[in-house]
Amino acid sequence: MSVGAVLVLAVGTYGFRVVGPLLRGRLRLPDRLDRLLGDAAVVLLVALVATSALTDGPHLAGVARPAGVLVALALVLRRAPFPVVVVAAAASTALLRLLGVP
Amino acid sequence: MRSLWRTAVDLLDTRTLRDIGLVCVADALVGASFGAIAVSGGLPPWLPVVLSVAVFAGGAQFAAVGAVLAGGGAAAGVLAGLVLNARLLPFGFAVADALGSGPWRRLVGAHLVTDESVAFTVRQRDPHRRRAAFWACGASLFVCWNLAVVAGALLGGLVHDTDAFGLDAAFPAVLLALVVPTLRHGDARSAAVLGAVVAVVASPWLPPGVPVLVALGALVLTLRPREKAPA
Repeated sequence: MSVGAVLVLAVGTYGFRVVGPLLRGRLRLPDRLDRLLGDAAVVLLVALVATSALTDGPHLAGVARPAGVLVALALVLRRAPFPVVVVAAAASTALLRLLGVP
Repeated sequence: MRSLWRTAVDLLDTRTLRDIGLVCVADALVGASFGAIAVSGGLPPWLPVVLSVAVFAGGAQFAAVGAVLAGGGAAAGVLAGLVLNARLLPFGFAVADALGSGPWRRLVGAHLVTDESVAFTVRQRDPHRRRAAFWACGASLFVCWNLAVVAGALLGGLVHDTDAFGLDAAFPAVLLALVVPTLRHGDARSAAVLGAVVAVVASPWLPPGVPVLVALGALVLTLRPREKAPA
């Protein structure tokens, strides 16, 4: 991997990041669009949760990881504190793997 | 920087700061493994470090290095990374207000837009707290992530396999814990659930990074039909 390749990835990534902040500094968006952009972030984040919990590229993620994230969901719905949610998810998955669950 | 940190400490409750600290620790372990994997695969130590500082997006970094180590070539790795990072475009729009005003804050803040900093920002409603949460999370993660990559690249296999610690479950758990409480109004909730289903169903057929973009189509559920004007 060359310096050029790193540069292309870095510049492209920064390009994605910077468009929104630069444009929104210049123009005032209507409230409706403003709300839509907020909802878009939430939809994206939930989709990220689902894909990173259940899939590994084109394949399904096995059992241990989805199980850990399910534990997290149950704790979130019971309004458990953030560290409890995160540590319980990782610990459940690690424990299942220790027991040989894929 | 120092005054920025003080503002963050003043505006955010200790629980939010603690949560950010925990995410930093989890991400640091993943960052250390990234550095170690890249170097043990035969890449020079500076490469994962420069990549981390300049790209600062874990998924894309793993994708790029993974493609190169698998013999796929740099172009394939760069392309995979860029596709994965396309989601940062809508994220940039969503948190633009939290970066602050002035060109420098926008230009520097843009580099700190990550899944985690966006999730910590959407959790806050008050504009000042949104800004504090964004900068506190973005800046701390930038420091922790890059120091961890340096440590991993220099020390090698301290952290061999983060999956053994269940860290691959920690990432979705972090986002879940931050986002679920914001799903108060019904439209956004249905859109998020539909989007998640669409993304998972699309995953076998689309390259990584694209399914979550397809999920954005579910936003139509939040667009209520306009009432027709009486004839």
